[in-house]
Amino acid sequence: MHEMSLAVAVVDQVETAAKARGVVGVRSIELDVGELAGVVADALAFCFELACAGTVVEGAELITRTVPGTARCAACAEDWAVGMPPRLLCPGCGAAADGLVTGRELQIREVRWADPGAPREEHRQPITEES
Amino acid sequence: MCRAVDLQRAVLAKNEAAAHILRTELNARGTTVINLLSSPGSGKTALLERELRLAGERGVSAAALTADLATENDARRLARSGVPVKQVLTDGLCHLEADMVARHLHDWLPESTRLLFVENVGNLVCPAGYDLGESLRVVLASVTEGEDKPLKYPTAFGLAQLVIVTKTDMAEAAEFDETAFRANVQQVNPGVEVVLSSVRDGEGAGALLDRALATAEGNRVHTPVMAQAGA
Repeated sequence: MHEMSLAVAVVDQVETAAKARGVVGVRSIELDVGELAGVVADALAFCFELACAGTVVEGAELITRTVPGTARCAACAEDWAVGMPPRLLCPGCGAAADGLVTGRELQIREVRWADPGAPREEHRQPITEES
Repeated sequence: MCRAVDLQRAVLAKNEAAAHILRTELNARGTTVINLLSSPGSGKTALLERELRLAGERGVSAAALTADLATENDARRLARSGVPVKQVLTDGLCHLEADMVARHLHDWLPESTRLLFVENVGNLVCPAGYDLGESLRVVLASVTEGEDKPLKYPTAFGLAQLVIVTKTDMAEAAEFDETAFRANVQQVNPGVEVVLSSVRDGEGAGALLDRALATAEGNRVHTPVMAQAGA
């Protein structure tokens, strides 16, 4: 189970970004996880709880968005959902796909910082203002 | 103050950066890394024992780093081939990461090493996502594991640059359907080469060594569809 390593990597990156901005807490982290990234979302959520303990990220919500796998055949100008297990041969002409368009993402998409005025232990939900 | 930030950062960015640095440094001194992945018991160590011995006979300077959760048994086996071998104990971690490889090479890897074989932890899930600075990624499956293994572990097989079927001397007893296996490999990784190997009867002897040397000489290596993101 490598989800613990991934959870630690997420927490490290968000912590670094938080320190650079002088942020006191993190409300939520949104992750894009491709179908073919080899990550179990439940295991990652479990590890995340452990990995963020004692850091500025503690208490943050982890939102995981699954990105379906799609591939492209340039000759047929066609994209298709590869499914699971993935089919990387073009359903039209049978040739190898020219590449995977989506499906291997493992990316921190967005982080919402906690409102500096809100005491963390009260779990208040301040209205966010996009910058 | 900015409350929401679009980070768009790859979770594995740190490993990818470390792998890139390692590959660049090793290539600059003439060392090529081959990363071997498979389930536990597929025969990575047995295959490596044979290929390392052949490397010695052909005067190719090779070395091996072998990873396990515990025991130094594999290092002892590989050392019989006469090449420099180092055991990495992961203390329970299910995969190798690039900085672990870099740490173990420091002060150990002989300067003249042409080929460095890294035997990953026996696991087809976790190691798949970690670039170790290799120039050739090899995935093994033994005939006893079933023809559908590539479909069950599509990320590992989908990112392979070479697939080796091991223990082919047992193919008949295991009722291994080679045609079905090849079709399953092609479904997740069109165009990848599949090599048959048996350390018992000698099938495929030197095949891994030949592919590794070709890679070291700069020959084009297969690019899996799955590795071509955002086509």
